[in-house]
Amino acid sequence: MNTRVAIVGGGPAGIRAAERLVEHGLSPILLDEAPRIGGRIYQQLPEVRGFRRDGKALYGFEAGKAEDLHAAFARIQPQLDYRPGTTVFDIASDRLITLGDGRREEIAYDRLILATGAMDRIMPLPGWTLPGVFALGGAQIALKHQGCAIGHSVVFLGSGPLLYLAAYQYAKAGVNVAAVLTTAPWLGLGANLLGMAAQAKTAAKGAYYVAKLLSWRIPVIGSVRPARIMGRDSVEGLEVLVDGRLRQFDCDAVALGYGLKSESQLAELAGAQFVFDRAQNQWLPEIDDHGRAVGRDGLYLAGDGAGIQGADAAELRGRIAAGALLQDLGIALKDAGDFGTLKRWHRFRVALEQAMPFPSHLAADLPDASILCRCENITAGEVRAAADQGLREINRVKAATRLGMGRCQGRICGIAGAEVLAAKLGVSVDSVGRLRAQPPVKPVPIEALAGDAP
Amino acid sequence: MGRGQFRRVAERERRRIAFLLDGVETEALEGDTVLIAILTTRAHLRMAEFTEAPRAGFCLMGACQDCWVASADGRSLRACTTYVAEGMAIVTRR
Amino acid sequence: MKADVIVIGGGIVGCSTALHVARKGRSVILLERDQAGIRASGVNFGGVRQHGRALAELPLSFRARAIWADLASLIGTDGEFAVTGHLRLARQESDLRLLLLHMQGASLYGLKLEFLDRAALDHRFPWLGPHIIAGTYCPSDGQANPRLIAPAFATAARKAGATLVEGAEVVEATHDGGVFQVAVRDGRRFEAPLLVNAAGAWAATVAGWFGEMVNLVPEVPQVMVTEPAPYRFQPVLGVIGGDLYFRQIPRGNVIFGGGQGRANADHTRSAPLPEISARAAAEAARIVPEIRHLNIIRTWTGVDGDTADGSPIVGPSTTTPGLFHAFGFCGHGFQLGPGVGAVLAELLIDGRSDTDIHGLGIARFVGRR
Repeated sequence: MNTRVAIVGGGPAGIRAAERLVEHGLSPILLDEAPRIGGRIYQQLPEVRGFRRDGKALYGFEAGKAEDLHAAFARIQPQLDYRPGTTVFDIASDRLITLGDGRREEIAYDRLILATGAMDRIMPLPGWTLPGVFALGGAQIALKHQGCAIGHSVVFLGSGPLLYLAAYQYAKAGVNVAAVLTTAPWLGLGANLLGMAAQAKTAAKGAYYVAKLLSWRIPVIGSVRPARIMGRDSVEGLEVLVDGRLRQFDCDAVALGYGLKSESQLAELAGAQFVFDRAQNQWLPEIDDHGRAVGRDGLYLAGDGAGIQGADAAELRGRIAAGALLQDLGIALKDAGDFGTLKRWHRFRVALEQAMPFPSHLAADLPDASILCRCENITAGEVRAAADQGLREINRVKAATRLGMGRCQGRICGIAGAEVLAAKLGVSVDSVGRLRAQPPVKPVPIEALAGDAP
Repeated sequence: MGRGQFRRVAERERRRIAFLLDGVETEALEGDTVLIAILTTRAHLRMAEFTEAPRAGFCLMGACQDCWVASADGRSLRACTTYVAEGMAIVTRR
Repeated sequence: MKADVIVIGGGIVGCSTALHVARKGRSVILLERDQAGIRASGVNFGGVRQHGRALAELPLSFRARAIWADLASLIGTDGEFAVTGHLRLARQESDLRLLLLHMQGASLYGLKLEFLDRAALDHRFPWLGPHIIAGTYCPSDGQANPRLIAPAFATAARKAGATLVEGAEVVEATHDGGVFQVAVRDGRRFEAPLLVNAAGAWAATVAGWFGEMVNLVPEVPQVMVTEPAPYRFQPVLGVIGGDLYFRQIPRGNVIFGGGQGRANADHTRSAPLPEISARAAAEAARIVPEIRHLNIIRTWTGVDGDTADGSPIVGPSTTTPGLFHAFGFCGHGFQLGPGVGAVLAELLIDGRSDTDIHGLGIARFVGRR
């Protein structure tokens, strides 16, 4: 029997899953949206002459891990059906519908591993649609992948470990970092030392970046309350409340992000069920300890797409999901997975989320005129007006207001939209539900969708 | 033309290439995404459909869909995931 | 709980019936399994057309159209209703005969249509694809936003005094001694001398409880929408054969559909099928080639039931006095819904209506025994 296994995503989880399958004699299909493997964290430079920075410059402390992952891929590539530059935009029970090079293609599968990663989690503030405001992860991509800074003078605003890392990388590249501002108290470094101790080395790196930023006399301020981004046609400054006092920072760019959210649209189309994860304050596909999707045979989820645990955990989770798949096929495992380590990562992530939480509390005070949905230009006030009309569920609000109906399908506004609705109704955010995913999960040109259909 | 929103801080020793931006010959570096190629010379990418306010993309990872521009033949291009090429003709308004 | 009228089903048909009954000063309870206006009524294509309907539907369609003209005064919003015209297209010679046949028949009812040959189409709608050979145009048709209209009917019904009970799945309805007893899954019971079956895709089950066996075929129309583009394609488009329908809203998005998605066994959930999307996209790009570069950003489906002859069932039961049916509206309910409610309210309360619906009775299926 020749089981067709497809893996979606070429980051740490997808590569390690593929590696373990290959080690057991399988030849999976690996589909990756990017032109080169590595995912976001271990993204490689474009394959063009003249790019010079080495692993140390690009990945810092993680250079060794990046190198290992890239090498692992090179080893197994001959055994893979590797499809770079391929976006999976819809999933049927037995095949993936993909877009690559402007062409639609259907790829049959028997078993499916989704390793779709994560993206920035956003809480809007007035002015956040101005040119010059970018997602924190986007600011990092500009620098790592393209050697560019998002502006000449940049404020980093948000929470989560990436905030300090990105600011550090910018400052080190010679960019003027005007300030690093976080909503987390004590810069998010204080709380739950026990949980942090679960991954002491990683926790120490965060402290290192903060210490470096402070040593360069960059203001690093905790417990801020974002007020607005100023500017007419582009960013001219940022206002936040610090200890109740308004403070202005001059800048021409803002990197904005409050931790990460799972990219789980494909999991939904593939038939995964969703549960609300209180620790991460987001809806996640439901999986067992081995990455099997609950209620959907043949579907496995790995990496940050199935709940945020970071890149190191993603590598483990990729191997674990592949192990589950192999066992389900009746193939004896040649190696043993290290679940103890994974549990430590989970504890660490819970502690991290407590120390650097998503600022749900800002939703209630977001001014009515603030844009929530940047695709359709829907404001917080429109969502509240829908609540006033008696709508209590986010998909009903979507139907009434167009929130989340645009090109991105609520990827950016879905979480904040639910928070604004919940705050208005005075209920917990899980009780307003979550925006449902609809195909195509990324825009697809009509001519490509049509393909050679009759 | 004004100042670009983005600033190059590394990887500047790449081959220079020329592309057409709204009909004007513009310089980029080989390996630039369309988004980078535009934002290193301009302050924004496109106008939002419903407000006529300028936008410059947001996520740079193909998720937010706020950086769609077009090629001269009318095809849509997501600026952050498309690499610029010699002679490419980009229009930022439909 | 007792009332003058019970309506089963909170779609646009049920809600407009409840609204009109309440406006006539009678008490009415509407029972909806889920939330009002979120099934087929809230997710359909959004065409508001008289054009192309079976002739038996036209009087009802005209009645509805008159209500559409002043919708805001009835439900507090115009729901983005715009009179953009409807263009029905022939793609082959055999279509032409059907186009003209309908034009003749409709004119007998007073529906004014214009015949446009290829030259006239080129002049008026130069963006149409080369395989279109002719069309008929109905200037008084248009389009609206179902996501807004269906819930607005529910809200208006409530404001007019109707009792809307959501989350109330009807599991049994019986008639004895002139009164209907209706039971809901959670055990609540409701009682009224008049009952309206507006249960959409699930209405055949209700009709069956009263000995009227109708075969209702579940339909899962699949619709998709593009990113916004400059507003250019005004009329709603349809084709002979019905395999594609198309409109652009002034905001810029192009909405089109055709073909069937899939539904689960009890029709409570549905989802699009990729091959259907591909086929609809291919045909849409043939009919309006300029859209070929536009991105599709979302696809959706809804479930309704269709009758054997494709026209809805509206009117009194053949077995049970006081029972009225209004279902089988797939492809019809959105435009007709506002009119159905008005006519049913007249039949329920006044015992008669000036709107001729005699060709829409359930008798044509349950037949002569």
